[in-house]
Amino acid sequence: MGSEGEFSIGSGQGRRAVSAIISIKGLGKDFGNLKALHDIDLEIEKGELFGLLGPNGAGKTTLISILGTMLPASRGAASVCGHDVGSKEDAVRRSIGIVFQEPTLDDELTGEENLDFHGRLYGMNASMRGSRIEEVLDLVDLEDRRRDLVKTYSGGMRRRLEIARGLMHRPQVLFLDEPTLGLDPQTRRKIWNYIRGLKDSYGMTIILTTHYMDEAEQLCSRIAIIDRGEIVAEDTPDGLKSRLGGDVVVLGAATEVPQAFLQALRELPAVSNVESQDGRVVLAVTSGESLVPRAFETAHRFGVSIAEVSVRKPNLEDVFIRLTGREIRNETAGGIKDRFRIYRGWERKR
Amino acid sequence: MSFAVTVHTLWLRELTRFRRSKSRLIGSMAMPAIFLIFLGSGFGSFFRYRSNVSYMEFIGPGIVSMSLLFSSMFGGLNVLWDKQFGFLKEILVAPVSRIAIMAGIAMGHVTTSMGKGLIFLAALYAGHLIRLDATGLVVTLIFMFLISASFVSLGIALASVMDDPHGFPLVMNFLIMPVFFLSGALYPLEGLPGWLKMLTYINPLTYGVDGIRFAVGGPSHFSPVSDFLILMVFWIGATLAGAFMFRRMSA
Repeated sequence: MGSEGEFSIGSGQGRRAVSAIISIKGLGKDFGNLKALHDIDLEIEKGELFGLLGPNGAGKTTLISILGTMLPASRGAASVCGHDVGSKEDAVRRSIGIVFQEPTLDDELTGEENLDFHGRLYGMNASMRGSRIEEVLDLVDLEDRRRDLVKTYSGGMRRRLEIARGLMHRPQVLFLDEPTLGLDPQTRRKIWNYIRGLKDSYGMTIILTTHYMDEAEQLCSRIAIIDRGEIVAEDTPDGLKSRLGGDVVVLGAATEVPQAFLQALRELPAVSNVESQDGRVVLAVTSGESLVPRAFETAHRFGVSIAEVSVRKPNLEDVFIRLTGREIRNETAGGIKDRFRIYRGWERKR
Repeated sequence: MSFAVTVHTLWLRELTRFRRSKSRLIGSMAMPAIFLIFLGSGFGSFFRYRSNVSYMEFIGPGIVSMSLLFSSMFGGLNVLWDKQFGFLKEILVAPVSRIAIMAGIAMGHVTTSMGKGLIFLAALYAGHLIRLDATGLVVTLIFMFLISASFVSLGIALASVMDDPHGFPLVMNFLIMPVFFLSGALYPLEGLPGWLKMLTYINPLTYGVDGIRFAVGGPSHFSPVSDFLILMVFWIGATLAGAFMFRRMSA
């Protein structure tokens, strides 16, 4: 494979420690026998829009819960804005805002009342609450619905209201846990715009978790890929993609794909990785153009008929597959990861 | 300072929700009203207690207590809906004391429960089923507060350990109904069989019903001072239990 060095775990670099607003060292969390998180090391700088990318159940929400003081860590330490999350809970809580994955609004109150409630809990006086409510409602375009009960809101409007509420006390760090989960494409794009707006207008540090590749790619300035409770890579989206080097070639086979064929592809020069699923063979290669003819020759030799071929630049999905040996979107299907493990040319370090 | 703000915030929320839920208000007042009118009239024809009290007059304080018991317990158990609908997370992640949160929720439900109790009290007064002077009213309010605050706290304690509202019928059938029936709200405590007498004597609501009965000029069984002291102990215990459980709870 020859590329193990490039895929070293993004921890222990220490180079960002200077202006870190969030600092995590050796953090672990167990639920009984289940290790939900192990040995997380991470530094997040002030003003970053940082993405935690990983499949459902990877440990993203657990990590956010620990940083948000809602869950005690089993091991290690973490600090937010210089406050230890285990011992300075109130100081941490005052400096963060959290938009949870599940709804946490009171739907028997109006949008405005939900915001007012939040402002009161965070010790804001009446005039400050009033002006902040105007401001955040304007930001998420909900002024016209402010006096309606939340139970009359659509899913996208609720999400926007939750984001608005998270901003009421103008936190230094905003956590967004799967901000666009279950929303339609237009609404997602709208939410993305709001999130970008936050970063631009407040310079706030934003940490978002997502299992959508495009979301991480579109929004985040830096990404940590998290899988089975470990950070397997950490870099800018471009940096992550450039680790694959060169191109991605996808072969669509019209016939059965034998193991021997995949093995032969792996042995071709300039091929760094081969994954196969449902008749699609994905190759990470140095140069797509020069590989295609040779791939066809090999296919011919094994009696595999290729129906289509495409050459493209790698995306985050490819990076994820390369790092974890499976596709993120299939995580829920179950069992698929075990099928993939045998194709994995690269074993994650522990 | 911030403690008071938090209590006020939670209290305000309960009241806002209460104002909006007319159907729930009517629903929760229907059962005590049915007991008072149907049971009161039904048994009234042959019930004569110490010859000068009609059955309706006798159960009046019991109905006020019933209204308090039901709405306070379910008020406290409402925390479970907040857990279910996620709103509890929003509350618990705020930089405020959990005890203040619990106190605010409790005060909110005490306010609304006492409001309903007062409606019954006013109806009883208007129907000449109770006698009430200024002192009597103050004593009644004290007992109403103690009953309500105790059972709200108990409801919060239960909601803190329960996972979802599926346990409501269990609480209803094994806690609320026995506490109500064994409180002397519907029958006098004189001449009860030993086992029943014991159950009524360990039931804190018994002392609440008896205290109110005393305050409105009805036939009370214990001395009002012992009613008050016993209920006070129960209130402190329930509050501590509620606060302890609520603090330990995770959203």
